[in-house]
Amino acid sequence: MNSRPATFSGVLAHPLTQLTLVRIREFTREPEAVFWAIFFPILLAAGLGIAFRGGPGEILSVTTSSPTLAQAMRAEPGLDVMETTRDAGLEALRNGRAALYAEQDGGGSALYRFDDTNPDGRMARLLADRAVQRAAGRTDPVPAADRLVREPGSRYIDFLVPGLVGLGIMSNAIWGLGFSIVDARRRKLTKRLMATPMPRTYYLLSYLLWRMIVLIAEVGIPVGFGALAFGVPVRGHLIDLVVICVLASLSFSALGLLIASRARTIEGASGLMNLVQVPMWILSGVFFSARRFPDAVQPVIHLLPLTAIIDALRGHMLQGAGLVQLAPQLATLTGWLVVCFALALKLFRWR
Amino acid sequence: MIGPAAVALRVRDLHKAFKDVVAVDGIELEVRSGECFGLLGPNGAGKTTTIEICEGLTAPDSGDVEVLGLRWGTDTSALRHRLGIQLQETQLSDKLTVLETLQLFRSFYGQGPQAEEVIARVQLDEKRDARVVGLSGGQKQRLALACALVGEPDLLFLDEPTTGLDPQARRQLWELIEEFKRAGRTIVLTTHYMEEAERLSDRIAIMDRGKVIARGTPAELISSIGADHLIEFSVEDGGELLDLEAVRRIEGVRDLRSVNGVVRLQTLELHRVVPALLEELSRQVVRLTELRTHSATLEDVFVSLTGRHLRDE
Repeated sequence: MNSRPATFSGVLAHPLTQLTLVRIREFTREPEAVFWAIFFPILLAAGLGIAFRGGPGEILSVTTSSPTLAQAMRAEPGLDVMETTRDAGLEALRNGRAALYAEQDGGGSALYRFDDTNPDGRMARLLADRAVQRAAGRTDPVPAADRLVREPGSRYIDFLVPGLVGLGIMSNAIWGLGFSIVDARRRKLTKRLMATPMPRTYYLLSYLLWRMIVLIAEVGIPVGFGALAFGVPVRGHLIDLVVICVLASLSFSALGLLIASRARTIEGASGLMNLVQVPMWILSGVFFSARRFPDAVQPVIHLLPLTAIIDALRGHMLQGAGLVQLAPQLATLTGWLVVCFALALKLFRWR
Repeated sequence: MIGPAAVALRVRDLHKAFKDVVAVDGIELEVRSGECFGLLGPNGAGKTTTIEICEGLTAPDSGDVEVLGLRWGTDTSALRHRLGIQLQETQLSDKLTVLETLQLFRSFYGQGPQAEEVIARVQLDEKRDARVVGLSGGQKQRLALACALVGEPDLLFLDEPTTGLDPQARRQLWELIEEFKRAGRTIVLTTHYMEEAERLSDRIAIMDRGKVIARGTPAELISSIGADHLIEFSVEDGGELLDLEAVRRIEGVRDLRSVNGVVRLQTLELHRVVPALLEELSRQVVRLTELRTHSATLEDVFVSLTGRHLRDE
């Protein structure tokens, strides 16, 4: 046995260390991959967070051709009233600059024109009519007062951040593993490694270890950004969050391994990866609640791994749920992990 | 006779078919310890399939393979540690450096030189910290060779080590392989370059269509065709006016063939046959358009055995 220099011995010279280092080097030396994996979710969260920011209700623009109505509506602080001609008012309504156009006929009745499929239109109708009726002398029979509650955890950004974290874990694991493995197979690198004494499990294990390391940034950065920039809460225990994310990353890595287990070309693998991911982007409630889909498909949606991780993250971050309450989601993820990994080991093509 | 311990590789009655294409059809090989054994043949002759079966990467349909006295299946793990393998078309990871690549391969083996030492052996010191993507074809091939050497193998398999390289890079790689030969290593190499087989191999098996059609030392093989010299000529009008039988009757001419208007003949007596040939052609009043002679090579052995050139296919 040769003596080795201190720079290359012990843990560093272990094949699993070397294989994992290869994964990390290949990843960090591809700046685009780092960008898409880590900074893209931040940009997306920032953009959407700003677009859908909460805060005081917006002022709605309305137009009218009647001076009486205009005066009545100006008493309502939620409305920005512009008096104009009938034609200009209808034009503003058509192109969306105003949410409502109000006019008055000879008998004194008011007519509101608005789009009832547009929430702004319906809101403008309520505010405008209330102002008009009050100006005409209506009093409220029940006295009422408001107390405002602006609670972090119930805004769109609070809903969105866990969704983006789950989406990030899925797409990074699937694209990262899929491309890397298919590329190595195409280059006959896996075949070359088979010609060495390298234990095969180390090769697959190095991918999982690499994902674990990237996971710290993948989850930490968007969650940290959400907390600092928008005050998105993390109400559960940090350890529980780690358990959820590690389990999810392993499940999606196994899914990526399965997708990449046979494909010989990047094109073939890409198609397969999209086929698996796109339905989940739509169905699993990343950007809007999955409950909007019909009841009939709900059981299927709940079996999807992306639904499971997003539901678990929302439960943990927003409601402070512990691992016991999240058992159904964790069980779903574990099921995907076991089935995908077993199938991938059976099907994996080394050459 | 050599004892069993001196045999590094023994292959008996090897058969392998891919779907309905027979790649290897009854190959027998014996490689002695310390020699460089060449498998020479055109593309598609079954060289790579044969060597990959010996490397334990492809399972044979039938036949027996004994490597360093061990067998694939029962002794796979021990064998992997003792073999150095260069595959025909591996592209190593572009984003790693030369040193990182070799440290990776070094980590798989229980013994062997340090990565830096192997880098020096294949003369890549200057490129130690360069990424693989920036290496030339010859440098990449030397890195692949280094990856095969990093476990200090008892037996080295090289599958077409210089295919696609320019002449200078090829010579540089030959010099490295010759150095390993001098160090007493056992090498099995495949090639379709007859110069390469002739220069590097102690013994050669010539393969064609899944079979070994000739074997021996380069000198034995060349002398087996019974001619030291080859003469090739062509005449005007594609040889329509040429009386080939009269040429065949010239004293000293052997194995005359005419392919695509080029007449090719072998002889031991160049000094007598060439003047006689010119005289015969002027008697027939046909004008010579081309005349070439060269010493017999392994290429001529292949042509005389198969009627085809090594690089036709």
